[in-house]
Amino acid sequence: MPTDIYLNVAVSGVLTGLVYGLMALGLSVIFGVVRVVNFAHGEMTTVAMYLAVVLFATLGLDPLLMMLPIAGVLFVFGYAMQRWLINPFISRPEHSQFILLVAVAIILANGLLIVFGPDARSVQTSYAFDSFMIGPLIVDATKTFAGAAAIAVAAALFAFFRFTRLGTAIRACADNYTGAQVVGLNVPRLYALTFGLGAACVGAAGAMLALITDVTPPLGPSFTLLAFVIVIVGGLGSMPGALAGGILIGVVAAMAGLFYTPSAKGMFVFAILVLVLLFRPQGIFGRRA
Amino acid sequence: MLIVENIEVFYGDAQALDGVSLQIEEGAIVAIVGANGAGKTSLIRTIAGMLSAARGRILYRGTDITRWPSHRVCDLGIGQVAEGRQVFPTLSVAENLAMGAMLPRARHSREQNFEKVYAMFPVLMERRHQAAGTLSGGEQQMLAIGRCLMGAPDMILFDEPSLGLAPAIVQSVLRCVRDLNRDGLTCVLVEQNVAVSLKLASHAYVLENGRITIAGSGETLLADDRVRKAYLGL
Ligand SMILES: Nc1ncnc2c1ncn2[C@@H]1O[C@H](COP(=O)(O)OP(=O)(O)O)[C@@H](O)[C@H]1O
Ligand SMILES: [Mg+2]
Repeated sequence: MPTDIYLNVAVSGVLTGLVYGLMALGLSVIFGVVRVVNFAHGEMTTVAMYLAVVLFATLGLDPLLMMLPIAGVLFVFGYAMQRWLINPFISRPEHSQFILLVAVAIILANGLLIVFGPDARSVQTSYAFDSFMIGPLIVDATKTFAGAAAIAVAAALFAFFRFTRLGTAIRACADNYTGAQVVGLNVPRLYALTFGLGAACVGAAGAMLALITDVTPPLGPSFTLLAFVIVIVGGLGSMPGALAGGILIGVVAAMAGLFYTPSAKGMFVFAILVLVLLFRPQGIFGRRA
Repeated sequence: MLIVENIEVFYGDAQALDGVSLQIEEGAIVAIVGANGAGKTSLIRTIAGMLSAARGRILYRGTDITRWPSHRVCDLGIGQVAEGRQVFPTLSVAENLAMGAMLPRARHSREQNFEKVYAMFPVLMERRHQAAGTLSGGEQQMLAIGRCLMGAPDMILFDEPSLGLAPAIVQSVLRCVRDLNRDGLTCVLVEQNVAVSLKLASHAYVLENGRITIAGSGETLLADDRVRKAYLGL
């Protein structure tokens, strides 16, 4: 094997990992603030992917251009779901939240199955086979756009939380729920906003994933699981951690496919999870509790 | 200004308040004293909209605010300096203060209130970029008071503002309550320092097991045998 191929595959893994990292970032933000584990995360990802597929198939709209509109649709979906479905469950036992979100997940997956059938769908753009040559590197154009977009969206979200008053108010809710009530923050509305933003990450990531992989209705649970793995590896509640975890998992999966066999990807990814849980349980970027 | 009528509050099946009524006049300092677990914090939180009364009414300037959510109660001008200070530990001092001014009623006066609070507590100005969790207990209490003032309240509910502070700082916190009252703020003061709070208060209530058992002017209660025995150790 020529040595360049390692680098090419690694770069491809990084770029794909960034997109998965963005999806996982949504899970991390929602859990970090609302303390709800979004078990419908993967199904929301497949919904976003199907949106991208349909927009491309019917109107010829490029998923990269549709990334923000699809993120907007998922934002509205996430906002409404938190506001009217999950908020009433906030003070109930965790298992009832769990079953609620599992129900949402199954409803979404079934809905997709009814509308689209079981066959795999994908998006074939005119630049699907283009690539850039950078020195000895050959980088897939689609993945480059997707990776760059993932970084841009994550950076925008990070800036929102760090520099705006509304973002600070969301951090305040995460910091001290009672304190947030004491100063009169509208916590249910801020929770809905947070869930909406997490869902928007899913929307943007899903639009780009439609360029990278095929989508079928029952794909949801494996995305949810992947998001968990990334968030745990990167560090629960850490925004850079979600992206870093995504990159690590992306590279490991790509390398496993190259050195061994593509069917070994899952094995290596979960081996990384076990190693992290053993030797750094708080995750790469996580703070010790 | 504030009328509480016969409220009952429960945590699950456990009753915390059992028919509490009281009245707060505009411009007053009203003390609420009582042993640990008497229901003082529950009373404050019910007024603030953080707990919901099962029965009874709460009226503020003629408006029925029973079971209003906390963000709406705050926006009417009822601020709270909560038990345990409840600052945002990872947010900076300045961010904590800004969170106090998120209320619609306080947005337009944000800059003046920042100046006012920094003038009142210069140490907050010095530490404005520091995370609130790194402040000392006394500084955190100043931050909690400052954050409350950022919301431009007309009435402040103080829940044990001197709890866990060094004696010298206790003095300055209570002096701060008195000064705010002189500037026109109505104050409700829950305190473990019964003697001092009764001296400050124009009116006071004794809460026992979720019920008001004694009420009267601060001086009357200071002279009351039951109060002297139970709370002043005399
Ligand atoms: N979150 C809670 N859940 C259940 N019971 C509570 C809770 N908070 C307070 N209580 C109970 O309600 C009663 C009144 O408590 P509280 O209002 O905190 O009293 P105080 O502030 O006077 O010490 C106590 O018996 C206490 O054990
Ligand atoms: Mg208390």
